[in-house]
Amino acid sequence: MGRFAFYGQGLPAVEPGELKGKLVVVEGTDGVGRSTHVGLLREWLESRGHAVLDTGMTRSALAGKGLKAAKEGHTLGGVTMSLFYATDFADRLENQMIPALRAGFVVLTDRYTFSLMARATVRGADAQWVKRVYEFALKPDIIVYLRATVDELVTRVMQTSGFNYWESGMDLRLGEDLYDSYVAYQTRLLGVFDSMADEYGFHVVDTAASIQDVSDQIKELVEPMLSAA
Amino acid sequence: MKTYGKHRFPGRLFVVEGIDGSGKSTQLALLEKWLESEGYGTFFSEWNSSALVRGVTRRGKKKKMLTPMTFSLIHATDFADRTEQHIIPPLKAGALVLADRYVYTAFARDVARGVNPGWVRNLYQFAVKPTIAFYFRISVEQAMTRIVGGRDAISYYEAGMDRGLSGDIEESFRLFQGRVVDAYDEMVKEFGLVVIDASRSIEEQQAEMRAIVTKALTGARKTRIRRWVDLHSMAKASRQLNQAS
Repeated sequence: MGRFAFYGQGLPAVEPGELKGKLVVVEGTDGVGRSTHVGLLREWLESRGHAVLDTGMTRSALAGKGLKAAKEGHTLGGVTMSLFYATDFADRLENQMIPALRAGFVVLTDRYTFSLMARATVRGADAQWVKRVYEFALKPDIIVYLRATVDELVTRVMQTSGFNYWESGMDLRLGEDLYDSYVAYQTRLLGVFDSMADEYGFHVVDTAASIQDVSDQIKELVEPMLSAA
Repeated sequence: MKTYGKHRFPGRLFVVEGIDGSGKSTQLALLEKWLESEGYGTFFSEWNSSALVRGVTRRGKKKKMLTPMTFSLIHATDFADRTEQHIIPPLKAGALVLADRYVYTAFARDVARGVNPGWVRNLYQFAVKPTIAFYFRISVEQAMTRIVGGRDAISYYEAGMDRGLSGDIEESFRLFQGRVVDAYDEMVKEFGLVVIDASRSIEEQQAEMRAIVTKALTGARKTRIRRWVDLHSMAKASRQLNQAS
């Protein structure tokens, strides 16, 4: 019996007990600084001699391009988007993450199922439905959840890319412009993330501190897991 | 999100199911002609027809990239788009929606591929429950004699070649579709599928279908518009007019 298990009914023909490696998840909403911290964590892991595979949403060979193209238009509905992301995730799980785990890599993933479940939930999907859809996912070794308040997110977004359609949840028509919609949408997303924290055992890291401090906190959380059998 | 069986719409949803070669598409086309001649507004929707998703499915099949799981999920994505764009809005508008293949196709195929039956049923919880779902039952042997184009027309995934049942495509088709038929048979009771014996004549099957559909049409909206939005038949009619004059 290995360390790995699925959340529920797993993937056909995959024996989780065969998997070695470590599965490290960095979660958090849009603009919270995930990619910065994934980058720093990767460097640190490699400097310590771990082989790292990093992956993130819409990076599947199967569905990545199609999903991005679908988001360019204006007809992508909530359920369709959720399932498109689930397809992208499944392809990456089966073809990137699992083979890397089998080979003993540290798989470092920028978001996992939790962002996808949160997005589906705020779009009105039935909570039980979403949970069951993703029960083929592997339970990670650690889930680092980067948290920020909506005010902090707004400040960061203003300093970087500006507001965009999907990160503002404009498809939900929650406000009269990008700003109003962003605040309403991200508030709902943060609420769903918070409600998942206990259930899935998130390690919550507050991102109000400096990048260096946050990065150090993340490394402290990840370190004991690396030496564990 | 409304789940299966919870939707309430003025329209009606008629579905045909069965393996390739069962004649279900022919029967649905005949039903559509008849409903239109009776003055109903119909809207046709078929499997793998989402403009947003189809390209991904096609490429995945062509390059043999699909596993049982992603095969299942990409088809569910396609079906979700159809549900959101082409099934729910016409049903709300009171149209008769005619679907060539529905969720039961996914349940049958995905289970035949080794996907968990409970998981795939949950996956499609967002689907509208059909007014009537017809299942055209036929043996695999008989279906094979009807597939136009014979051996060359059998596709890799339709034959379940991804499951490694046999290196020979016809033999693999026979084995895999046999499993699909078993899965359909098990669903008859579970979902109340209306079984049509597809070995009988086309006329007999159509008469039976019409008799069953008639009972479900009480109170359905008739419309002067011949179809939901059908530029194709409008264009055809105008070409015919031009030719006649």
